[in-house]
Amino acid sequence: MSYLPKSPWLVHYDASSCNGCDIEVLACLTPLYDVERFGVLNIGNPKHADIFVVTGSVNEQNKEVIKNIYNQMADPKVVVAIGACATSGGIFRECYNVQGGIDNVIPVDVYVPGCAARPEAIIDGVVQALGVLEEKYQNLRKVAK
Amino acid sequence: MSGNYAWLMVILYIILAPFIGGLIAGVDRRISARMQSRYGPPILQPFYDIFKLMNKSSIAVNPQQRLYIICFIVFVIISGAIFFGGGDLLLAIFALTLASIFLIIAAYSTFSPYAYIGAEREMLQIMAYEPMVILTTVGMYMVTKSFNVWDIAMYDQPLLYSLPGIFLGFLFILTIKFRKSPFDISMSHHAHQEIVRGIITEFSGTDLALIEIAHWYENVFLLGIVCLFFASSPIIALILAIVVYFLEIWIDNNYSRLKWQSVLGSAWIVALVLGVGNIAYLALR
Repeated sequence: MSYLPKSPWLVHYDASSCNGCDIEVLACLTPLYDVERFGVLNIGNPKHADIFVVTGSVNEQNKEVIKNIYNQMADPKVVVAIGACATSGGIFRECYNVQGGIDNVIPVDVYVPGCAARPEAIIDGVVQALGVLEEKYQNLRKVAK
Repeated sequence: MSGNYAWLMVILYIILAPFIGGLIAGVDRRISARMQSRYGPPILQPFYDIFKLMNKSSIAVNPQQRLYIICFIVFVIISGAIFFGGGDLLLAIFALTLASIFLIIAAYSTFSPYAYIGAEREMLQIMAYEPMVILTTVGMYMVTKSFNVWDIAMYDQPLLYSLPGIFLGFLFILTIKFRKSPFDISMSHHAHQEIVRGIITEFSGTDLALIEIAHWYENVFLLGIVCLFFASSPIIALILAIVVYFLEIWIDNNYSRLKWQSVLGSAWIVALVLGVGNIAYLALR
């Protein structure tokens, strides 16, 4: 049992999102939902973060940015794709510049559907990500042994 | 002070300070949350954060960075140990400055633009608070005729009565040392990024945990200096420290961050008016 699920720090990246999902992500931090109750902080620095929260779809401009942020995070780390665009490309999936969901570039662990995803769904997604985070930590320890 | 008692205090400080510092940080986060009409994290949240950071894998930009960070925490502990062991107050304060310099070197060793800006802002911050810290020591010497912490603590009447200006000046720079808004220009304790947390941008995992623990040691040491202003009655000194910390939380939640120019300017004006003014009064009395 690690302390990872007790103190998950997020880094949030807006990949060509319409800001609908981003506002809902930030709504989780407001007094109504207050995710800091569970030790969740929106830390903003990939090197300090445990959970990578991405909204919006992947295009040619931001795929390098997404890879870069992902590679800068320390293991164990999980990725949560939030909203229809991040999970599959959404209504933009057939645009000439859009590659599709986040899983085209980096491995995604939890998909949160919705347009825009509701704060309750986002919190639920992050809580599910904590289970994956713990699992990854145990796997890392097995490898280390 | 007898040697055994001094060593007991030093050992108590080394063992208890991280627990006290962590609890203070937890209560701080809860009170801040309540001031923002949120529920807030558990009181033990800072400890969960530290253990979590220690579970993470390390990313070292420069192999030497861990060494500098260990020097930072060791010198913070040494400065606190000198203080609580009843040693020389001047030495304790300069050991703390040396510790800050190691943190700056650690930031520079990562060759990151954000760490460079953070380190520069940390140095400006040191320039801002250092005059007032030295004036505090000088003021305490002028009243008690000793730089020895034990002699200052044993002085028969509260220092606050003869050093009110110096106490207020010290409170002012305490906001800088506690890394609280409006003076948190290089390492804010809130979840910020980029420039306002520049100095720790490149540190992750255990490195970041060590910096946080060093900050707790430092906070306990600084609250110890606050207690020194009322050392003749320990209970009132403790209440004074609690009131001072609550005031810092209140200031933190009510004021927005200043530019470094305003931090430097205001800190020096306060040192000049309150610090030098009080010392001039003591000298002319």
